[in-house]
Amino acid sequence: MATRVRAVNGSGMTSVAATAVGTTAPADQVAASVSDLTRRFGDRLVLDGLSLDIKAGEFVAMIGRSGSGKSTLLRALAGLDREVSGSMTVAEPVAVAFQEPRLVPWKRVLDNVTLGLRAPEPARVATEALDEVGLTERITAWPLTLSGGEAQRVSLARALVRSPSLLLLDEPFSALDALTTISMHRLVLQLWERHRPAVLLVTHDVDEALALADRVLVLGDGRIAYSATVDVPRPRDRNHSTLTGLRLRLLRELGVPMGDTDELI
Amino acid sequence: MVGGGLAYRFLPGRGWLRLISLLLLLGVWQLLSSTGVLPASRLASPVSIAHTAYTLVTTDSPTYGTLQASLLVSAERWGIGLSVGVAIAVLLAVASGLSRIGEYAFDPVLNAARSIPLLGLLPLFIVWFGIGNLPKILIVVLGALFPMYVNTFAGIRGVDPKLGELGQVLGLSRWELVRHVVLPGSLPSALTGLRLSVVGSLLALVVGEQINANAGLGFMINTAEEFLANNIIMVCLFMYAILGLLADAAVRLVERRALAWRREFAQ
Repeated sequence: MATRVRAVNGSGMTSVAATAVGTTAPADQVAASVSDLTRRFGDRLVLDGLSLDIKAGEFVAMIGRSGSGKSTLLRALAGLDREVSGSMTVAEPVAVAFQEPRLVPWKRVLDNVTLGLRAPEPARVATEALDEVGLTERITAWPLTLSGGEAQRVSLARALVRSPSLLLLDEPFSALDALTTISMHRLVLQLWERHRPAVLLVTHDVDEALALADRVLVLGDGRIAYSATVDVPRPRDRNHSTLTGLRLRLLRELGVPMGDTDELI
Repeated sequence: MVGGGLAYRFLPGRGWLRLISLLLLLGVWQLLSSTGVLPASRLASPVSIAHTAYTLVTTDSPTYGTLQASLLVSAERWGIGLSVGVAIAVLLAVASGLSRIGEYAFDPVLNAARSIPLLGLLPLFIVWFGIGNLPKILIVVLGALFPMYVNTFAGIRGVDPKLGELGQVLGLSRWELVRHVVLPGSLPSALTGLRLSVVGSLLALVVGEQINANAGLGFMINTAEEFLANNIIMVCLFMYAILGLLADAAVRLVERRALAWRREFAQ
């Protein structure tokens, strides 16, 4: 497992990128370790000294109101934001599935998955991944002919073939209809159980977080405002008493006004 | 039709239906000529123009030569000028589209040059390059160059930056990003540019070869003008139109193949 370290400097701009190639990962190794991460947009402080560790193979969900910095954190972990300061260690390879699937429209499904893939026999690996997400028949399709769910599955397959140590999911289901979302949840869990990457799922959906994650974080004021371990075996019944309690707590943390809360959710 | 738009789906039939309006126009024109409303001394009838064309093809007249020989000369000037112009435009657009240095080096110059009326350069070109083929071809080059450059440049710069981020996340090298994302992404716009180049360069050809020409369609038109032979002028104009239509059809064919990913979306 290679590790990418981005430099510390407490304040001001980062970041000299240094790459350290690690040896075999011990079981308790972290997939990502972030401390004192700060990011400003103009005079708005979006991340304010945020610290977070994600263990190898752990499924973490992060929820927060819009503008809370969820996506900023994810982009920083993906290496897309060069103007964060703080320190960050990320286990490579990192793969990302974006909110919009970001398929390259002029490449057929298979070529989207193999794009940039440095593996022996990329086409075979990609075909297998597309099998896994149930798209065997759409291998030669143009992306614009896919449904939203199919496109998002291609995006997952594209992330998967890179055998990521850390998989970043940026609200990948938010544009899908409810039924598709349910089957996507099932698929993501399946893939996660089979390949065991660490996952950071950014979402605004409390139920989604509770259905999938080992640990749910609430982002507020640029830091982790609340963290809860979800110790319920999967597949989870959304009416499980632990989840019901957690749901209320998370909604309170998110600042959703309480009243007859059951009606609310 | 590539990217035919939403409305296209609801239209019945195929392209040949579009010919009806053209045929109708020709019919009305012939009728007006036959009844004498349009005097033959001003505008020949379609039938008479067709006859003139036939005569020009079959007889090698000492004044005009044959139509096909003239057509070949003009087509060659155009073909060379268009290819050279498009090639230069693509190179410049890639250079200035992909790098700031390239942009600062070429873009202001090209945009300034673009505002010079092309056809006004002709007298200067004749002073510089004489009255042979060179100034005529150069005018065609310029006619092709600017629309191609502007659209290809815009196409390159218009590629969705989110796909650039994707490339970064996927670990694409700069060259891979250019090859798999930027260039194919600029193709729709570049092909629009190509169609405008076809039109622009043809216009340049028509004007360019009417000055000091001793061969080609422009020469024929000039000679016919002296003899007030409006039907020969019409034949030559039709030849230009046919050249333009053929080239446009060729570009559309290329579009249909290269932009297949968009066509299936439109259907």
